[in-house]
Amino acid sequence: MPHDDHDHPHALLPPDPALRVKALETILTRKGLIDPAALDEIIDTYQNKIGPQNGARVVAKAWVDPDFKAALLKDATPVVADLGYFGRQGEHMVVVENTPKQHNMVVCTLCSCYPWPLLGIPPGWYKSDAYRARAVREPRKVLAEFGVSLPAETSVRVWDSTAEVRYLVLPMRPEATDDLSEEELADLVTRDSMIGTGLPKVPT
Amino acid sequence: MTRVHDMGGRFGDGPVCPEPEDAPNFAEDWHARALAVTVAADSLGQWNIDVKRHARERLSPKDYTRFSYYEKWISALADLLVESGVLTEEDLRGGTSDDDHPLASRALKAEAVAGVLASGGPADRPSDVPVKFEVGQLVVTARRAANRFVDGGHTRLPMYAAGAQGRILMVHGAHVLPDSSAHRLGEAPEPLYAVVFPASELWANPEHPKDEVVLDLWQSYLEPA
Repeated sequence: MPHDDHDHPHALLPPDPALRVKALETILTRKGLIDPAALDEIIDTYQNKIGPQNGARVVAKAWVDPDFKAALLKDATPVVADLGYFGRQGEHMVVVENTPKQHNMVVCTLCSCYPWPLLGIPPGWYKSDAYRARAVREPRKVLAEFGVSLPAETSVRVWDSTAEVRYLVLPMRPEATDDLSEEELADLVTRDSMIGTGLPKVPT
Repeated sequence: MTRVHDMGGRFGDGPVCPEPEDAPNFAEDWHARALAVTVAADSLGQWNIDVKRHARERLSPKDYTRFSYYEKWISALADLLVESGVLTEEDLRGGTSDDDHPLASRALKAEAVAGVLASGGPADRPSDVPVKFEVGQLVVTARRAANRFVDGGHTRLPMYAAGAQGRILMVHGAHVLPDSSAHRLGEAPEPLYAVVFPASELWANPEHPKDEVVLDLWQSYLEPA
């Protein structure tokens, strides 16, 4: 049976969340179960090393290299691993392509599954009850809250990440970007455009 | 019935509030600490990802609703540490010695962090469960979103997609079955599929006749249509 007692052990820790974390960290450190230097290393990784710039590089490469794009859409995991993007919460990657006929959008209604190696830690809104509850039922209203409106001929396909497969949206390349380099293109790729709640920036 | 975390399709949550792209990854310092403590504690090897998810889902509906995101993480972690026998309730009260713990040799060291994060935890496994469905085939999901092994147990079929007809879109291979793994009943790998459902199959008032929702679903959640 799942433990459903109402006196959960966590209630023994201080109620203030910051103090609760501090208390648990202190107990675990005193017992030698965690190393504060390892915590700093984990935070540095997700604060500074891993973020949407990784996914943007993949998208820009797919925009300029048709063979890369074909391989990416066929089996993304080894293709992004070749670029150095793999590991925790990106073990099984699938990339889905936006077209004039179909717009893709990713959610995790049951928790907060997200492709960490390509996009980093999910933003607050992705983990919010409102996004988790509504993205599957009324994606167009949710998109409107992001300032995105789609033509009537574009269907929306929402991906609910219910397993360990992680989805990344390949947005459409903006018009009038033929003379941009791959690096300049990567600068147009926003985090939200790879979740499907936004569109890439348009060059100015 | 599933639990409070199973909120897909729910009404009443209000608007989504997008943050700027350049907002800090961690809004508060303690968010970063909560994430790091949780990731580091995984290295003690006392649970798997499904056990951990279920610990968060088992927070009482009242706590689940009022807790912020990382508050859920840290509270579920405290519960899990006690349930797994790593810590005692006395430890949480702050009343024990600093003696090294029998699991201390497993503690994640700073120099091992990069390797641990890079290797992750793949969920695909060899399996001799025959693949029952092919791409394009019509299937129906279980009539109730419920764990078949444990009453009130963990499952990854959301309520909103129970008893719905969809079409196999991708065959992902065999993956660990969370319904079994979350209760330490073994990994029980079986075929996993991406299944696409017309929005009209799931919602009373779909926004657009061509909209769809895709879910990753295990073979035992599905029957031929």
